[in-house]
Amino acid sequence: MSVYLDNSATTKPCEKAVKKAVEMMSEKFGNPSSQHFCGLAAKEELERARGILAKVLSCKEHEVYFTSGGTAANNTAIMGTARTKRRVGKKLVTTLLEHPSVLKHYEMLSESGFETVYLKPDRNGKISLSELAAAVDESTVLVSVMAVNNEVGSIQDISKIKQIIKDKNSPAYFHCDAVQAFGKIDLKPHKLGIDLMSMSAHKIHGVKGAGALFVSDKIRLLPSIAGGGQENGLVSGTEAVPAICAFAAAAEDIGNIAENYNRVRAVRNGFVQKLSELDGVRINSAEDALPYIVNISVSGVPSQVMLNSLSATGIYVSAGSACSKGHRSEVLTAMGVAPSDIDSAVRISLSKHTTEKDMDLLYNGIRDTALRVRRK
Amino acid sequence: MKEIILIKNGELALKGLNRSTFEDVLIKNIRRRIKPLGDFEFRKEQSTISVIPKDSGTDMDEISDVISRVFGIACFSCALQVEKDMEVILKEAPEYLAEQLRAAKTFKVEGKRSDKKFPLTSPQLSAEVGGAVLESFPHLRVDVHNPEIVITIEIRDKFAFIRGNQTKGAGGMPVGTGGKAAVLISGGIDSPVAAYMMSKRGLALTAVHFASPPYTSPQSEMKVHKLLKQVARYSGNITLFTVGFTEIQEQIRDNCPEDIFTLVMRRFMMRIARQIAVREDCKALITGESLGQVASQTLPALSCTDAVADMPVFRPLIGLDKDEIIKISRKIETFDISIEPYEDCCTVFTPKHPKTKPQLSFIEEAEKALDIDALVERAVENTRVNVIGF
Repeated sequence: MSVYLDNSATTKPCEKAVKKAVEMMSEKFGNPSSQHFCGLAAKEELERARGILAKVLSCKEHEVYFTSGGTAANNTAIMGTARTKRRVGKKLVTTLLEHPSVLKHYEMLSESGFETVYLKPDRNGKISLSELAAAVDESTVLVSVMAVNNEVGSIQDISKIKQIIKDKNSPAYFHCDAVQAFGKIDLKPHKLGIDLMSMSAHKIHGVKGAGALFVSDKIRLLPSIAGGGQENGLVSGTEAVPAICAFAAAAEDIGNIAENYNRVRAVRNGFVQKLSELDGVRINSAEDALPYIVNISVSGVPSQVMLNSLSATGIYVSAGSACSKGHRSEVLTAMGVAPSDIDSAVRISLSKHTTEKDMDLLYNGIRDTALRVRRK
Repeated sequence: MKEIILIKNGELALKGLNRSTFEDVLIKNIRRRIKPLGDFEFRKEQSTISVIPKDSGTDMDEISDVISRVFGIACFSCALQVEKDMEVILKEAPEYLAEQLRAAKTFKVEGKRSDKKFPLTSPQLSAEVGGAVLESFPHLRVDVHNPEIVITIEIRDKFAFIRGNQTKGAGGMPVGTGGKAAVLISGGIDSPVAAYMMSKRGLALTAVHFASPPYTSPQSEMKVHKLLKQVARYSGNITLFTVGFTEIQEQIRDNCPEDIFTLVMRRFMMRIARQIAVREDCKALITGESLGQVASQTLPALSCTDAVADMPVFRPLIGLDKDEIIKISRKIETFDISIEPYEDCCTVFTPKHPKTKPQLSFIEEAEKALDIDALVERAVENTRVNVIGF
């Protein structure tokens, strides 16, 4: 038996998603751009999927663009904005909390003449809105702030960002990377003033290979990938129909967000409570972070040793963020966590299915590993 | 008319009465390595081995690439086998070597005639072919002292052979002619290079790797597999023994002084490797140690590890600097794998201030706290076996 607690890296696809993907591969395998019935059947399903996502996001169908995943959605949003607005202004604002798929694009743009500002998180992994306000001005064309951080689960107050941009008389688009947040907290982009929002299917029990970018129909966005003109010309390339339709099936299967949240929070709190009784354990995630993500450090046990030891007993967690192997976490550094604690940081990420029993097994694993490794 | 490969064996020519045996091993090694690429016939004459593909679609570049890594070959070249007819030779020589000749400025022709009944003498043969080449490639100039391309025309019993410049082979001795040895492989830069170097001198390889989960990751074992796969491109198949080493390391940590930890560990590695070596009919151990590189590789430290080896320990890197070792690791394409950042068991519980001048008696005294025989026996039992193919 295994206990999978690496849900921020990927989730197990739900049955409905798998079934849908198989149906699309075995029956409706046509190219949605084809003009015959086989293509039309696929097109119909693709548009149905778009409708489902639009309903979940309370937006219009033509505001949902399918991509190959979260990274592609971030790419499309950031590089597209830079292209669209390059004559309007050259300033970009983001945070040090962002995923590499945001930060690397900002670095690339900084090399090609954009001025980039990186906001630092505080000890709780949050950025300050007043610092954000100070950074945004009339030449700022893009503000990227993620909804939930992937390493520590800190939640940003994104609902006020659009107003700040407006108050500053800035033409900036507001881009929100919601890959970790989607399906776990209520996210209605229009209500939150988000212009561009990135999502990924396999983080919500869909299958790998699909994601989506919400693009408000109030803004204009040029493509950064050229080709056959799919997705209204913004994301060229034949749509990954099986993964996209599975994405929609998974989105429909999210259930009640608030109920899931409260249940996971109870499980998480029970675990953290127990853990705090162990010596030398530091909870790096803040009290008010998303309960689905708990980042901890067990002193004297390097991350990789903890991971290996748990893995050997069928418990799967992650050392920091799965995307930054071999590097000391930028986010934890920015949060002021001591280097020795960063070297033993482990990210535990729950899903709506995680039970108290799962967390008890994890607790036992952590306790036994600490005992064994710390000896002497 | 067909393309074949002519192989000149290296030091083998010097080995007197053993020569034929050595050549047979070399042919066997080549045969095994190129078997996946097609059907071949082998011919042995004078100091040349001819590899003749049986079907015409064989990719000669791919075969050359494989042969360039077989030890015991001084140099080799692709050659065109044609009828012993001057008209054919004069037509085919410029055509066969057209690509090389077009890019060169100077050349010469070396005629060789082992069939003395052939109507032209060697100098006549050279002159005629030279003339034909100049006619096809007027930009070329003959330079007998320092030519870019040497065209060799060999007239043998049944056929004539046309070839251009030779490619340098991997050198060394055919793998297996020196027996078999067990290499201690860690995942670092040095041990794969040591394995390669000893294999070059004719040793077949068995490998022993020590894994200490959870302190080491499954990825570091995969890394060792990848490294050995590179080495196996030269040495042929390697049987890898992965030894579960955690218990021993934890026992040392709990019972021995910290400053001799690495040394006690190295001695355990030697004991275990030796047992596996004996069982696998290996007559020596190979390590990647280089004198003074780290505390466990000083002369006093090496004496302490050798004391339990009980068979020759080959350390081909002993006199090399790190940059010299890296140069070889780049050549055999293990460097980029070696620097992947996974822990290996040598870096688990590393002492802060290791002893550099240990005394054997002191180490032996400290080891009394451990049940050495039982630990070694359990570790040898707790071993997984994989065959790493080329």
